[in-house]
Amino acid sequence: MDNNAQDPMVPQLYEVTRTIRETHDSFSLHLKSKGDSDIPEFGPGQFNMLYAFGVGEVPISISGRAEKSGNLIHTIRNVGSVTSALNDLKKGHTLGLRGPFGTSWPIEACKKQDVVIIAGGIGLAPLRPAIYALLKQRDQFGEIAILYGVRQPKDLLFTKEFETWRGKYGIQVKVTVDSADREWKGNVGVVTTLIPRVSFDPTHTVAMICGPEIMMKFSILALKQSGMSEKNIFITMERNMKCAVGFCGHCQFGPAFICKDGPVFAYNKIKPFFETRDL
Amino acid sequence: MDKPSVIDKEDLNKLIAKLNQQGYKTIGPTIRGEAIVYDRISSIEDLPEGWTDEQGPGHYRIKKRNDKALFGFNVSPHSWKQFLHPPEKKLWTAEKNGSSFKIIPEELENPKFAFIGVRSCELHAIAIQDKVFIQGPHIDSVYQINRKDLFTVAVNCGQAGGTCFCVSMQTGPKVNSEFDLALTEVLEKDKHYFVVETGSDRAQSIIENLDLRTAENQELKIAEEIIDNTAQNMGRFLDTEGIKETLFENLEHPRWEEVANRCLSCANCTMACPTCFCSTVEDVTDITGDHAERWQKWDSCFTMDFTYIHGGHVRNSTKSQYRQWMTHKLASWIDQFDSSGCVGCGRCITWCPVGIDLTEEVAAIRKSDKTKIDNI
Repeated sequence: MDNNAQDPMVPQLYEVTRTIRETHDSFSLHLKSKGDSDIPEFGPGQFNMLYAFGVGEVPISISGRAEKSGNLIHTIRNVGSVTSALNDLKKGHTLGLRGPFGTSWPIEACKKQDVVIIAGGIGLAPLRPAIYALLKQRDQFGEIAILYGVRQPKDLLFTKEFETWRGKYGIQVKVTVDSADREWKGNVGVVTTLIPRVSFDPTHTVAMICGPEIMMKFSILALKQSGMSEKNIFITMERNMKCAVGFCGHCQFGPAFICKDGPVFAYNKIKPFFETRDL
Repeated sequence: MDKPSVIDKEDLNKLIAKLNQQGYKTIGPTIRGEAIVYDRISSIEDLPEGWTDEQGPGHYRIKKRNDKALFGFNVSPHSWKQFLHPPEKKLWTAEKNGSSFKIIPEELENPKFAFIGVRSCELHAIAIQDKVFIQGPHIDSVYQINRKDLFTVAVNCGQAGGTCFCVSMQTGPKVNSEFDLALTEVLEKDKHYFVVETGSDRAQSIIENLDLRTAENQELKIAEEIIDNTAQNMGRFLDTEGIKETLFENLEHPRWEEVANRCLSCANCTMACPTCFCSTVEDVTDITGDHAERWQKWDSCFTMDFTYIHGGHVRNSTKSQYRQWMTHKLASWIDQFDSSGCVGCGRCITWCPVGIDLTEEVAAIRKSDKTKIDNI
């Protein structure tokens, strides 16, 4: 059937070209298409459905493009049966991929503005392509601040890149952890405590937040207290997802389907639903 | 289209035969296990002649009528969605080959369905699922092929069912959306005939072949009266005025807790609903582990697993599940697909084992609308 070529439920095959252990529970896979098709263009914040043979499929945000090969990078936390099967893949193995799906971070809207990026835990991965999109045309933006909170120092992702972001591009990168032993010389406390410590003009700032809902809730509150308007705050939502194309109904969040209307939302568009428990 | 024609009861067989001749698989109402269900039919002998259904909250029985009506009942427990959006379907097969594998998509076949006896509310339900599966940016290929050549022989309802409220939803009882043929069944002393309207060119060519006579004005009038009478006898009412805003503004209404005390979260309403479209997927492998399949199956927002993400279930109470179902059906559906998700067929009321009636639930929320009360 010709139809199957475009059937959105049928994955394309990708080869693992590199595996990277990022932290004690997170890893990255570099992926190259095994078919004739080129690696799809994607927007920062978009995600793919990754299929581990015989186990299942999960939505994973694209965390970047490999520098030389342009291969797709996904950074994954090993928390369930599918992510565990993906964790077991080695260089040369095959997986299924459908995508990219969903909305992107508003890079255009950041032009001539300051940018505040707030990430919690694995939430830095979906923001990483946005960071690189900003770096690519650094002079288009004002101050850029990245505030990153994790539970413990061992959860920190992409730490090697922080120095380049700071040194070469003049970005304010602040890190905090919820708890740490004496070895840790950095900040301890929730990520919102970093907000007063970076410089940005709240009336001319776009904020992008990705992390647990509770963390996003308090980050929004703190940004609003600093003087930011809700329409300039963007967050990314996570829900159970089976199809990623609006058929399965699982990812509904009020009137939105996270898969196609999200995962990136302007906060003012979903505010009443974000504030309702168990929605 | 031309003026409506008249087809005698016996001549309906010619219509079914003609459809079969043209390669259509004819599906219609028939009796199975004390219910009127939709299944393969090949002649009017298969139709539930002289039977009706008695429906109420949590109640369904078939009963003998005192006439020989072929369509003298309301709606079947299961809707037509079982054919267009099947409860289970294999999406694809994967075969392992060393460290790699290949994916073999399913071969799809056009079933060429002709649905006989589709009610107006059900035509609306099909149009609503069309928006979900074939009118968005992505196409569900199974639904698309099942829907492709669908021929609909609609029936205007000759009586209001015990749980119907199509008048409130503006979806019936008279067929008012896309159809091929629409019948109104008329039983008079010694006459039994159907007034036939044609809604498409392909239907027109079939009708021309059947050599029917044109309906007389008197016959048209009788048919209209039958439908008007059905509309006037609709026992249930749902006030749809500003319903989206009302429900969105009452997400914390105490009624959700109250209904949750009665709701068994059994998911019957979502299975019986002709527009509910949610599905899940299941991955299966054989014992060697080299052969895998991915299946799509109907799912329900009343199950715990529906909202599972790492860390827990988002909707982990019956309250939040019922609220999701009803606000989706009646409110967020409007944002998503530009129409209500409810067609007023009443199945969710009939097939709720504890007889929860969404028209009553809406009325209860309106009665103590949080936003209105604050203003008093």
